Amino acid sequence: MQEPKKRPPPANLAGRWALIGLVVVVVAGAFAYVGGWLTPARLTPKRIINALQASGGDHPGFRRNHAKGICVGGYFEASGALAKYSSSPLFAGGRTPVVGRLALPGGNPYAADSSVPIRSFALRFDLADGEQWRTGMNAMPVFPVSTPQAFYDLTVATSPDPATGKPNPDKAKAFFMSHPETGPFLGWIKTAKPAPSYVDETYQSINAFYLRDASGQRHAVRWKVVPETPATGDGGPAASDTDYLDADLTRRLAQGPVRWHLQMILAAPGDPVDDATKAWPDDRQTIDAGVVVIDSTQPQANGPCRDVNYDPTILPRGIEISGDPIIVARSAAYAVSYLRRTGEEGHLPGTAHPKEDQR
Amino acid sequence: MSRVDTFHPFARALHWLMSILILTMLFVGAGMVTSVEAKHEWLLSIHRPLGITIFILALIRLGFRLTHKAPPLPADMPEWQRLAAHGSHWMLYGLMIAMPLIGWGMLSAGNFPVTLWSGFQLPPILPAGPALYAWLREAHRYLAWLFFLTFLAHMGAALMHGLIRRDGVLESMTGGSND
Ligand code: HEM
Ligand code: HEM
Repeated sequence: MQEPKKRPPPANLAGRWALIGLVVVVVAGAFAYVGGWLTPARLTPKRIINALQASGGDHPGFRRNHAKGICVGGYFEASGALAKYSSSPLFAGGRTPVVGRLALPGGNPYAADSSVPIRSFALRFDLADGEQWRTGMNAMPVFPVSTPQAFYDLTVATSPDPATGKPNPDKAKAFFMSHPETGPFLGWIKTAKPAPSYVDETYQSINAFYLRDASGQRHAVRWKVVPETPATGDGGPAASDTDYLDADLTRRLAQGPVRWHLQMILAAPGDPVDDATKAWPDDRQTIDAGVVVIDSTQPQANGPCRDVNYDPTILPRGIEISGDPIIVARSAAYAVSYLRRTGEEGHLPGTAHPKEDQR
Repeated sequence: MSRVDTFHPFARALHWLMSILILTMLFVGAGMVTSVEAKHEWLLSIHRPLGITIFILALIRLGFRLTHKAPPLPADMPEWQRLAAHGSHWMLYGLMIAMPLIGWGMLSAGNFPVTLWSGFQLPPILPAGPALYAWLREAHRYLAWLFFLTFLAHMGAALMHGLIRRDGVLESMTGGSND
């Protein structure tokens, strides 16, 4: 035991207590500021997901965007042609297993397949060394907006009005008028039609990334997966059929695996790397990195893609993110969507329960 | 008046180094999950290796603490304050070991690669599963808040010892003299 110290009470006791209180309040205040509690106007991943949820409706257990979809499995067979541009062992040659998901954009898991003219393809490559590459691609040439804030504003502007249950066309119009960068997307979507099959679509990364080669040099790229066999064109589905895509996929897989070529498009100097609303000219050098072969499918309710967050920042060495601000916002937002749906899946207290049988 | 007992210089060095790292870590964590900007990504890439560094330092520190006597608290401290002091110290040790393990475990449960730097990842320590992921991810958040509140109380108490009681407890960690 230490000797008790007989010290007189210090001078200015109140001032000393006040100083201690001030230090505690300043540190707590700094933490609250960094954590966003003092700045409710800050665009946080949570606000983006709340907006998507308001737009797509409450569907516990499902993704907050691209809610309707189906799991697929197979492998990637590298051609070796990309090894010069990326040091990832993925591209050197040989097979790498993939877990994929084909889906529709939008937060409604019961949407009709014909309700949007866009389909999506997400892939997770499981490299032998424990690294992963995750990518989510859409069958469209450009993204409507360049920034996370504009994406949020677009989502809000096109959400159903609580009063009428329908989106307010004036709000959408006002948004597009004040966002000229949406021009290329609007021009494309005017003529886009809902494809009758997932298999015949070309899916694009839209965001640009960097490849890094063995000598440390980086190369700006976008990629796409292009179907090997051209569209069969055997007519569209019946107008009354709202779920034709899954049936079509099962039918096509019964005839054998379906194959896409992973094509890497190299930017030319001056091509926009950080703006997903701007396409690159068609004549850019393209390298066939290999084939994605899909040979199995499973419903998302119990398939291996259900619990995958296709976060576009999960990259092996040899691929890196670019300055495109959409990429990081996707990562942050997907994490919130993933936590909500896994929490619902795991019946965490305070979460709504998923409708087990319908997914 | 005699100089009070102080902590071993190695313990003091670890204490101040880790206090900076942990406080940084709490701010990095809170900042990154509320941002959609570029900093979300680079803060996250600092968060994982820094968290594992804290884990390793915490194990060394705990080992040292269990094998070396700490200076006693002043005899005239009220019983409830001693309980609060000891309780909060063990709480801080528990959290500096639990938080990194939960971070590592939740990434394992989500089947994410636990990347410390490009091309280097730690092996998973838990099986993949959505419920496990969600529980650990929520625990990581609420325990981080508990960590921060415990730290605030600890800092306030240290200042109280140094400025009000002036009993040498603060100096046992700063290494200075209270005379
Ligand atoms: C800031 C812009 C964006 C936001 C906020 C956003 C949001 C989301 C969210 C919340 C999900 C569900 C994630 C999950 O729970 O796992 C999702 C899925 C998806 N997103 Fe995005 N997205 C954005 C931009 C893009 C872009 C530019 C692309 C295309 C290249 C894209 C392609 C996809 C795909 C393919 C999926 C489905 C992944 C799967 O099948 O699991 N997204 N998005
Ligand atoms: C002393 C150690 C640690 C502290 C104090 C700490 C603190 C935090 C905090 C405050 C958050 C934000 C929580 C929220 O508000 O939702 C967070 C998130 C996170 N932490 Fe840690 N952490 C630690 C160690 C680790 C480790 C070792 C890892 C991984 C190896 C890790 C991975 C993560 C991830 C991935 C997130 C965000 C996930 C998401 O976006 O959903 N943490 N951490």
